[in-house]
Parts: sequence; C-alpha cells; structure tokens
Amino acid sequence: MIFEDIKNILITKFGSDIIVGEETSGLQWALLIAPQNITAVCLELRDNPATYFDFLSNLSGVDYGTAENRFGVVYHLASIPYHTQLTLKVSCTINPDADALPTCQSVSSVYKTAEWHEREAYDMLGIFFKNHPDMRRILLPDDWEGFPLRKDYVEAEEYKGIKIK
Amino acid sequence: MYNEGLENYRKKIASVKADEMVLNMGPQHPSTHGVLRLELITDGEIVREVIPHMGYLHRCFEKHAEMLTYQQTIPFTDRMDYLASMNNSHAWVMGVERMMGIDKEIPKRVEYIRVLVCEMNRIASHLIAIGTYGIDIGAFTPFLWCFRDREHIMGMLEWASGSRMLYNYIWVGGLFYDLPVGFEERCLEFISYFKPKMVELNQLLTDNQVFINRTANVGILPLDVAINYGCSGPMLRGSGLKYDLRRIDGYSAYPELEFDIPVGTGLMGKVGDCWDRYKVRVDEIEQSLKIMEQCVNRLQKELKRTPDFDPRAKLPRKLTPKAQDFYIRAENPRGELGFYFIADGKTEKPFRVKSRAPSFCNLSVLSEISKGVLIADLVAIVGSIDFMLGEVDR
Repeated sequence: MIFEDIKNILITKFGSDIIVGEETSGLQWALLIAPQNITAVCLELRDNPATYFDFLSNLSGVDYGTAENRFGVVYHLASIPYHTQLTLKVSCTINPDADALPTCQSVSSVYKTAEWHEREAYDMLGIFFKNHPDMRRILLPDDWEGFPLRKDYVEAEEYKGIKIK
Repeated sequence: MYNEGLENYRKKIASVKADEMVLNMGPQHPSTHGVLRLELITDGEIVREVIPHMGYLHRCFEKHAEMLTYQQTIPFTDRMDYLASMNNSHAWVMGVERMMGIDKEIPKRVEYIRVLVCEMNRIASHLIAIGTYGIDIGAFTPFLWCFRDREHIMGMLEWASGSRMLYNYIWVGGLFYDLPVGFEERCLEFISYFKPKMVELNQLLTDNQVFINRTANVGILPLDVAINYGCSGPMLRGSGLKYDLRRIDGYSAYPELEFDIPVGTGLMGKVGDCWDRYKVRVDEIEQSLKIMEQCVNRLQKELKRTPDFDPRAKLPRKLTPKAQDFYIRAENPRGELGFYFIADGKTEKPFRVKSRAPSFCNLSVLSEISKGVLIADLVAIVGSIDFMLGEVDR
C-alpha cells in the first residue's frame, strides 16, 4: 500500500476536501487532514481491508511557536498485518486574545490508546479534545496552572505556597 | 467546559454505593514499585474499577530534550527506563542518525557491539521483571536468584561503559568506548554459566504449581484489546501475536541474526493471561542469549578489534539535521519505544521531542483487564504488565 493509494481511498470515500495538504519532503511522508474529520479518517483507515491501520503507535501534540500561532497533533499509525506506517497531521489555529484552548477531535473512540495520549497532550500543551470520555490532566496535579510544553510557558514560582523554583 | 472531565471523575468517586469502598493501592504498595497510585472502587474483595494516577516522578524529559542538543540528551534517555538504558539510547541514537543520513555509514563492529549490549540489557531487564514478579506472587527465592545472575551483566556493562546502570555508552555515530579487551570471552563464559541457571529458575518458578495457580487464567488480555490499546512487547506477544520490531523494521544488525519470537500459547490457561506474559519473557531471555552468542562470534572472528579502530570516528562534529520531522521506533524489553523528533534545521537542538514509552500504553490497559477481579489478582496483573514508571511519566 503506497501513499497515493491511501490518498485515493480517502478522497473516494470523503471527497477531496478531506486532505488539506501533504508533506513529501522528509523521510516520512505525512497527510494533512482537516481537523473536524480526523476521527472519521482514522476509523476508515482502521477498518478498510486495504489499509488496516489498526495500531496507533504515537500521538503527539505540537506547539509550533508563538510566531506561527498554531498547534498541531501528529498521529503515527501502523498496520500490523501489512507492516506499513502512516503519519497524519492536523493543525488548529488559536485566537491569542481569547482564552479558548485549541480544540481537536478525539480519536479515542477508534483507538483506545489515544485516550491517555490525548490526556497527555491536554496536560502538557493545552490541546482540548472534543468527545474524549475522560479529559483530565494525567501527569500534573489537577489544579496546576498553565501548560508546560508550550513555547511561551513561564515556570511557576510556587505551588500551594511551596517554593518550587 | 474544560473541567468537565474532572467533574465527572469527582462525581464518580462521590457516588460509590454504601457497600462499595474506595481504596488506595500505593504509592507505597510493593506491586506499584513506589511511584504509582491506583484508586480502586471495590465491593468486598472484588475490584469494580481501577483508576491509575501517575506523575509522581514527572521529570520533564521532553522539556529537557528541547533545551539540550541531541548528544546531551542521551544520558536523559538512559534514565527513562533505567533497567534498559542501552535500549533507550540505541533508539534515540538511531533516530538522530537517520535524520542526519549517516545510519548506513556506521561500522559493522559498532552495530554488533550495540546489539550485544542491548541484548545483555534486555536479559537484565527481564530478570528483574521475573524476579520481582515472583515477589508479587509471594515467592522470595527467585528474586534473589535473578538478581544474582543480573549482577554479572551489570558488572560487565559497567566494565564496558564505566557506570552501573546509566551507561551513556551508545553515541550518535558510534560508541563512547570500544569494548574492553577480554569482554567477548567473558560474554561466552557468562552464557555457559547462565544457561543451567535458567533451567533451575524454570524448575523453581515456571513449573511451580502455586505460581501457575496464581497467574494462569488471570488478567486475560484478548489480542484485539491489546492492539486497540497500543500494547506492545511481551504484553502484545503474550496475547499470541508474533510482532517484534527487531524483525519488522530490521534495524541495526538484527536482520543478520537468527532468533525466534516467542508468543503466548495459553499453555496453562487461556491465551494472554499473566502466565503467558511471564513465559514470553522467560523465552525471550533464551533468544537473547542466542543473539549474544552470534554477536560475540562475529566480533571475535570477522569484526575483530584492531588498534586503529576508533568507535567515535563517525561522530559528527556538529549535529544539525535538516528541517524535518521523524518518528523512530525500536523494540525495548517492554515494547515499542518511539521518539518523535521535529528538527528546525537551524539549531543543534530539537524543536520538539515526544517519546512514546511502551509502559505508558501498556499501563493504560490495566483498568480494562482488571474489572471484576480479586484484589490479590490485581497484584498479579499489575506485576505481569512489568511497567517502568520512569518512562510512564518520564
């Protein structure tokens, strides 16, 4: 199964709007997916007998920096029977003036393992996943303020009155 | 809106019925090895639900990696899974080498030494898994025996690298030192010493009826659940799937080596129970010994140590991969360890690093497979997952 075939499968199923771009310059090629469709795309890629990407290897949130004002989520899928790998990316811009978090669709209904990965992305980067069954912080305390892996994060001075710096 | 999950969790804890109880297991409980708290909703002896809480160790690996250069981060990867440091740094180093495009230039001797020390570390890690699993079940002797044999490996790796657990031995483009003179001979000595010890250990633990009764048919993990939860390593293979990244990706010197991939067969109970996961680890030790033998053989015969051999010859002066993102995965003793790099092409520091730790995904299946088990069985299940909290919360 090669890259073009996967693209064709997705375009025939969902129409050409589903893929908003592609990266073919690096060692691993990636498909850029429209953020509202990522769950449907993952479900199709998992269940289609031609692709069968049944294993979500990794899900990482990315802060592309304050200049770009953009957050991304990168999905690394693997197919156990076909021994293939695929990278999907979604990105969401945020409004710096509003207090809203960048929001993305959860894929935990397709891959259960995404549940914890998404919680981690929420905890560390402040990316909110819609339709996630249990959106809580996972590594930091529930009342922690800020998201440490953001590029503009300023270290906290104290936590509950204890100096931590 | 953002606090909905937290509210739901609080409601769930507040709404336990009158005959149910919320119990904390750990952080000090031995089966959680110090740094994990399991919140149990129990009905008498029956576990209704398990809610894991981690983050006690959280030492910001990813943030550190963004502050340091690729070489400087290698000692930090050692600390993620400190029972298999060599395997961690091997994965990291392979990723950086591939991004730099120098992965084909690594000398064969270096590749074989890497595989040799990684497999030694895999044996050491599995010995701890097996020994402490014995303790979880209530047997003390296997623990002592496993630690005694592991000590030989620790001693040898210390001899090669200069440090006992956190080696910083495998470097981008090579190794920190060549192997010390006489290392290969001592490896062979160790293998001939260790083989009969494994037979003894099997007699003591694997075929022990008490041990079988405590682990067979307990914590059964069906294969589809394992895949859906992203389990890997002995967790996945214990459920009966022959899937090993050393074979699938064929990295380093593994394609040239012969070894089998042990899987769980349901010999004592159902496929994917605790006993199967345990047995996969025992069988993997045997395979690793086989790999060690082959490596030592080639190192002694074809890839001999020469006075002018410099394991650091391919070390790049400046490590600046071109702008790209790259995901590398490798088979650790606990499963698939992956690193996702984003390089900006300008600096020697990665723009973003995400590490996909095998224990993180393996642990996430815990609440799924421990619904309705006895509390004592939960201890057996937790032990059989063999997670390493150092890489769960990194």
